[in-house]
Amino acid sequence: MAKVTVDGIQVEVANGSSVLQACEAAGKEIPRFCYHERLSIAGNCRMCLVEIEKAPKPVASCGYPVMDGMVVRTDTEVVRRARRAVMEFLLINHPLDCPICDQGGQCDLQDQAFSYGSDHSRYAESKRAVQDKYLGPLIKTVMTRCIQCTRCVRFASEVAGVPELGATSRGENMEITTYVEKALTSELSGNMIDICPVGALTSKPNAFTARPWELNRTDTIDVLDATGTNIRACARGAEVLSIQPRTNDEVNEEWMSDKGRFSFDGLRRRRLDRPWLRVHGRLQPVSWQDAFVAIARRLEGVRGERIGAIAGDLCDAESMVALKDLMTALGSGNVDCRQDGAQYDTSRREFYTFNTGIAGIEEADALLLVGCNPRHESPVINARIRKRWLAGNFPVGVIASPGPDLTYGVELLGDRPSALTALIEGGAGFTEALKAAKRPMIVVGHAAIAREDGAAVLAAAWALASAVGALTPDWHGFNVLHHAASRVAALDLGFVPRPGSRSVAGMMSGGVDVLWLLGADEIGAGRIGPDTFVIYQGHHGDAGAARADVILPGAAYVEKPGTYVNTEGRVQIAFGAVFPPGEAREDWRILRAFSEVVGHTLPYDDLPAVRRRLAEVNPVFARQGLPRFGASDLSGPAGNPAALGNAAFGNAIHDYYQTNVISRASATMAECSRILVHPVVQAAE
Amino acid sequence: MSGHASAENIGHGSPGHAPAPSTHEQPSSFTFDAQSEAEIGRILAKYPEGRQASGVMPLLYLVQDQMRRQTGSAWIPRVAMDAVARRLTMPPIRVYEVATFYLMFNIRPVGRYHLQICTTTPCWLRGSDEVVAACKAVAGVSKFEEMSPDGMFTLTEVECLGACVNAPMMQVNDDYYEDLDGDSTRRLLEALKRGETPPRGPQIDRYNSAPVGGRTTLLGEVGERSADGQPDRHPDTV
Ligand code: SF4
Ligand code: FES
Ligand code: FES
Repeated sequence: MAKVTVDGIQVEVANGSSVLQACEAAGKEIPRFCYHERLSIAGNCRMCLVEIEKAPKPVASCGYPVMDGMVVRTDTEVVRRARRAVMEFLLINHPLDCPICDQGGQCDLQDQAFSYGSDHSRYAESKRAVQDKYLGPLIKTVMTRCIQCTRCVRFASEVAGVPELGATSRGENMEITTYVEKALTSELSGNMIDICPVGALTSKPNAFTARPWELNRTDTIDVLDATGTNIRACARGAEVLSIQPRTNDEVNEEWMSDKGRFSFDGLRRRRLDRPWLRVHGRLQPVSWQDAFVAIARRLEGVRGERIGAIAGDLCDAESMVALKDLMTALGSGNVDCRQDGAQYDTSRREFYTFNTGIAGIEEADALLLVGCNPRHESPVINARIRKRWLAGNFPVGVIASPGPDLTYGVELLGDRPSALTALIEGGAGFTEALKAAKRPMIVVGHAAIAREDGAAVLAAAWALASAVGALTPDWHGFNVLHHAASRVAALDLGFVPRPGSRSVAGMMSGGVDVLWLLGADEIGAGRIGPDTFVIYQGHHGDAGAARADVILPGAAYVEKPGTYVNTEGRVQIAFGAVFPPGEAREDWRILRAFSEVVGHTLPYDDLPAVRRRLAEVNPVFARQGLPRFGASDLSGPAGNPAALGNAAFGNAIHDYYQTNVISRASATMAECSRILVHPVVQAAE
Repeated sequence: MSGHASAENIGHGSPGHAPAPSTHEQPSSFTFDAQSEAEIGRILAKYPEGRQASGVMPLLYLVQDQMRRQTGSAWIPRVAMDAVARRLTMPPIRVYEVATFYLMFNIRPVGRYHLQICTTTPCWLRGSDEVVAACKAVAGVSKFEEMSPDGMFTLTEVECLGACVNAPMMQVNDDYYEDLDGDSTRRLLEALKRGETPPRGPQIDRYNSAPVGGRTTLLGEVGERSADGQPDRHPDTV
């Protein structure tokens, strides 16, 4: 530890900290542009100048290490003048076009020019202009505004792991560019917009739509994957106009995936905004009452076991508990949340959650990915893995079919279960790497468990974890990586068929007479029997609604308060940012209202009561935060490791940008998919 | 002398280095030829395993040399930068950054003879304007960065090349031609046009940067001392 005095305040900071960090520890604000706490230090903007006793001239605090007994001054005339001078230089080539700049109001340059700059410029000569660059469908560039802090370049190569941006030429001619005018191939590219301190990189889909001060911000949770990214929905009136990440070091640090950030235009398109009823083969708009009555009529005389319910990937826990309670009241145990047919053992929570924790990845010292492609299943978790990998000494083994570059060095161990068997038998070299590790991690993805021998794969992975010492009282190295946001909550609620009841597959092809789809669109609606009466409750006109006999318009995630459980098993509460469109309603309320019509009134009238019910079904819902835990019981999940099949693991996600109803409705995501997933091969020049 | 090692054109904003080159002049493929391949082996052997990216600059020069051999124009097409990136397993953008940073790398085609004319103060005081004018006249171009219609010459304005003692000077491909004036420049370019290679170095009666008109010091025999016991000095110098 080093003792540093900042403006007369004594602070102690770790050796190797920068002067800037010491100043922050002392509660002093240091202006900066290039410095970013999650990126390497560049030291090229010079905005962070401070005075250090005995140093002959002002020092760039971001890159200057502290020394014991150092005396720092951040508010002297010299420092103030130095900042003013740096500001003046930065603004020489800046267009000062704030009135037409989307960054206005959330711009570091604007704020710092106001706080630390001079009130006028002495520069009368002509400014340099830079041609705008093409970075793909998500990032709009106005490169004349760029101050060449290189944050975006460092983000691309360090955090995102796609070194595609750079600074070409030099001096006056230096430009930030891909040089080849190509779309960035990162699933995290939107974060560059956040870290760009000026308006050089702004959001293309948001261009010229709103000023930051017009927006109402609501804290909520991203549901487009199962990371549980903490986000803020920014709305004006009834429309969500942008989505930004919130910082949560336990989960997403300050990053978020492009799908979560840019799918918001899908919230306005293909919406179900009123109830519909199929009459003589055609869907007709009806009132809520008529829709409910139609369902109630159809249910008359249908035995419980002929009724089923499937929950989709975006559902909040409240609606799922209400649906499950309704099904129980109707005498049905046919409930399922596993649209993809994944096989879990729900007897213990650790069999289906990411037990190491996302932050825990940084403590691991070896990793095995089984049937899992974190880059597409959770770009944010993938960035954490990369962060750990960059720190060194982190062997990563992969058993999966070849997919995209994971952005870190991996050892391919095979593409089918036999590779797992080899590891267990100890024949493969990677077993030694896992055994040598103090805190090894095994991550099982859905490509490994959403298949016939899924239970066997899960059991084998557990057996391996136990054999290599990944399960100890203070380290839990067994993980299941989910990509459906609702899944863990559904499993916590027991939204799976009771023994003897029907699973998703069992409800298809006439397995039930009445099928309630709660936002379930990824089951292959064509497989539903022709005589099955389908109720689709959800927010988008997608596969489920097209097949439905009754459509009950629900609310999308930003339109309702909800409880979500991420892949770690972390329970998080989201608030509603806007109202659902038209006659659409919050989903648990729809179920509650319907239950009254069929005479099985659900015993909760308000949100606190539903949440009490959640905690009653499973106490985890009452728990705040997620303490780290180890493994105490080594007995593994049901499933016979000997029953492993021989088919290669597929891919759980085929098109990252088109995985659910919201992203499929989004024009931006469709554009990304067209450009990045299905690029048209250019004719040779 | 070789221009590679000595030319440090710091602070020179060459227009040729600002925009990404337009695609029409870019070839669609590049492969190292046998001569380059042999050289690559030698270059990469100098770097420890895993540090091959350090060879990016020598490899870019190699591309430029090969392009001169093959097309008469020493430049680095984009596909060649990609080839270098592949060979060194480094991201292409890192190669683009290096290639665009240094002015010794030509990222657009240049004439068979790349004339880099120094116009920094010493050369300018000694008449670099005449050299520039002569080059423009013989090449038939009106401004820097332009290639002559016959593809023979490209003029580039550069900052001090470190040969000020023989100012004014210019670099023709890898060679320095010094002590120029309008006439000698014209003669030099005409000779180049004819395919001759005039001797490099000073274009006046002078050995390297020794004094004009012969030695002015160290006139005595080796070991001879003057009357005051000091080493021999020329009477004019004190
Ligand atoms: S584009 Fe933005 S983040 Fe990138 S270097 Fe310029 S100012 Fe910095
Ligand atoms: S923040 Fe220190 S130099 Fe940019
Ligand atoms: S000034 Fe021309 S070579 Fe130095």
